[in-house]
Amino acid sequence: MASALHQIQHQSVTIPAPLPLDSGQSLPSVTIAWQSYGALNADRSNAILLCHALTGDQYVASDHPATGKPGWWARMVGPGKPIDTDRFHVICANVLGSCMGSSGPATPDPVTGAPLGMAFPVITIGDMVRAQAMLLDHLGIDRLHAVVGGSMGGMQTLAWAAHYPERLGTALVIASAARHSAQNIAFHEVGRQAIMADPDWQDGNYYDKFCMPTKGLAVARMAAHITYLSEAGLTEKFGRRLQARDIKSFGFDADFQIESYLRHQGLAFTDRFDANAYLYITRAMDYFDLAEPHDGRLAGAFAKAKDVRFTLVSFDTDWLYPTAESRRIVQALQSVGAAASFVELSAPFGHDSFLLDVPALDRIVAGALGAGF
Amino acid sequence: MALRPDLAIIADAVPSSARVLDVGCGDGELMEALRAKGVDARGLEIDPANVTAAIARGQSVVQGDANRDLADYPDNAFDYAILSQTLQTTERPDRVVGELLRIAPRAFVSFPNFAHWRVRLALLWGGRMPVTRLLPVAWYETPNIHHVTVSDFRDLIGAKGIGVEAAWYLSGDKPTSDAAASWRAEHAIFLIARG
Repeated sequence: MASALHQIQHQSVTIPAPLPLDSGQSLPSVTIAWQSYGALNADRSNAILLCHALTGDQYVASDHPATGKPGWWARMVGPGKPIDTDRFHVICANVLGSCMGSSGPATPDPVTGAPLGMAFPVITIGDMVRAQAMLLDHLGIDRLHAVVGGSMGGMQTLAWAAHYPERLGTALVIASAARHSAQNIAFHEVGRQAIMADPDWQDGNYYDKFCMPTKGLAVARMAAHITYLSEAGLTEKFGRRLQARDIKSFGFDADFQIESYLRHQGLAFTDRFDANAYLYITRAMDYFDLAEPHDGRLAGAFAKAKDVRFTLVSFDTDWLYPTAESRRIVQALQSVGAAASFVELSAPFGHDSFLLDVPALDRIVAGALGAGF
Repeated sequence: MALRPDLAIIADAVPSSARVLDVGCGDGELMEALRAKGVDARGLEIDPANVTAAIARGQSVVQGDANRDLADYPDNAFDYAILSQTLQTTERPDRVVGELLRIAPRAFVSFPNFAHWRVRLALLWGGRMPVTRLLPVAWYETPNIHHVTVSDFRDLIGAKGIGVEAAWYLSGDKPTSDAAASWRAEHAIFLIARG
């Protein structure tokens, strides 16, 4: 499966400059795959960088090349939509470490030509953002009208405001956090252990083999998928209903609809994602803590970002990145005097609410991006 | 749409280019008027639907509770704080006034005057908590948990050593005098400053 995934051609650029990484290592060059929507205006002032989530990709509003499904934010991005491509030039780059054309564990070793696998260096959210900045330099875009992201995309957006405050006007952060909590790390570790326990993982050297660690990756996805939904949402959607049967089997088939649903989600995921990329990106998220370099004071991260306009949105049923994490960011922003907006929206879909039909979110996104433009 | 008269008075009195926090900013109506004249206005609002509407208008508004969340703003973060029609809904109005004058040297505070003659008459003759134009909700569902009069407010700020730089009193939509305010003002607006 992964080999088919890696045969897809993506629009990309290889920048021959080295990319220094937070780990102390560096990549000799970096390849970044990206998509853009809407025209860049003459004075190059209407660009919006959209940052995707853990398993997202650059195909924001176009059909996914592996699955054929519509882009993950097609409801939000397009002509006349809240992120209006008639007004804005929207850029989304596949994050560093991922598997849709940007440098990652499937990238060939420049010497041997074989995929790097676990020889690819561990990366961070900060490294992803540095790679995006290199892409923008390459595209000749000095300053962004806005950086926008949900979940891990929100972490990149916060990192943009912390590292390149002069390069963006607005930061829109949805269902996100400025650090990974113990609980967040715990769920990611379950997923990583599932992958690494799969005998087909083979220490990450599976790219040229017949078998891929699809079972491990599917279990990782199943565990993670639960964290994206709310308990009430699961109960409403599945309850204790049985799957295509009237009575329990007294066996270990997927008796319950929720089991069948999760198995399907897990398996379908392996068609479009690479197990090693999943290890690297979850690790990058776990290492994320914007306050860490500032003695635990989050305000320190935003000391130079007081001219950035921030908008933060959380959802009342999101227990993965709960409202308290957004409030913590807002407090830090207020203490440095940055213009910050924040609202907790009510939506039944848990963490996934940022991807789904929440009309209030559409109005907030449009308003936050329209302000001052 | 024309601003409510008390908001129009505040919008007029705030100098352009000031930094302002509108506490209980609703859907951002006053902030919009302030920003139109160059004021850097930000808001705090408890109701998420109002916050959403204000952000959709392009305003900077944080969802929060004036009883708790003013503590998150640093000292002197603003030139002016505004508390319009909200004082009487707070748990401890005295502490909220203290917070306003911590985060800004000056504050506009407006509230319905519970000693207006109609309120006095309703209570005197009817023997019931009054329901009037500015106090339109019955006692059991009103958000106004600390009814306050012009004299009460003057006493509070006097006791706290807070100065009054200006005051406006409205009867209906028309101004009324300082001396008559206790009886005649439906609505009072004070510009207070640290003593």
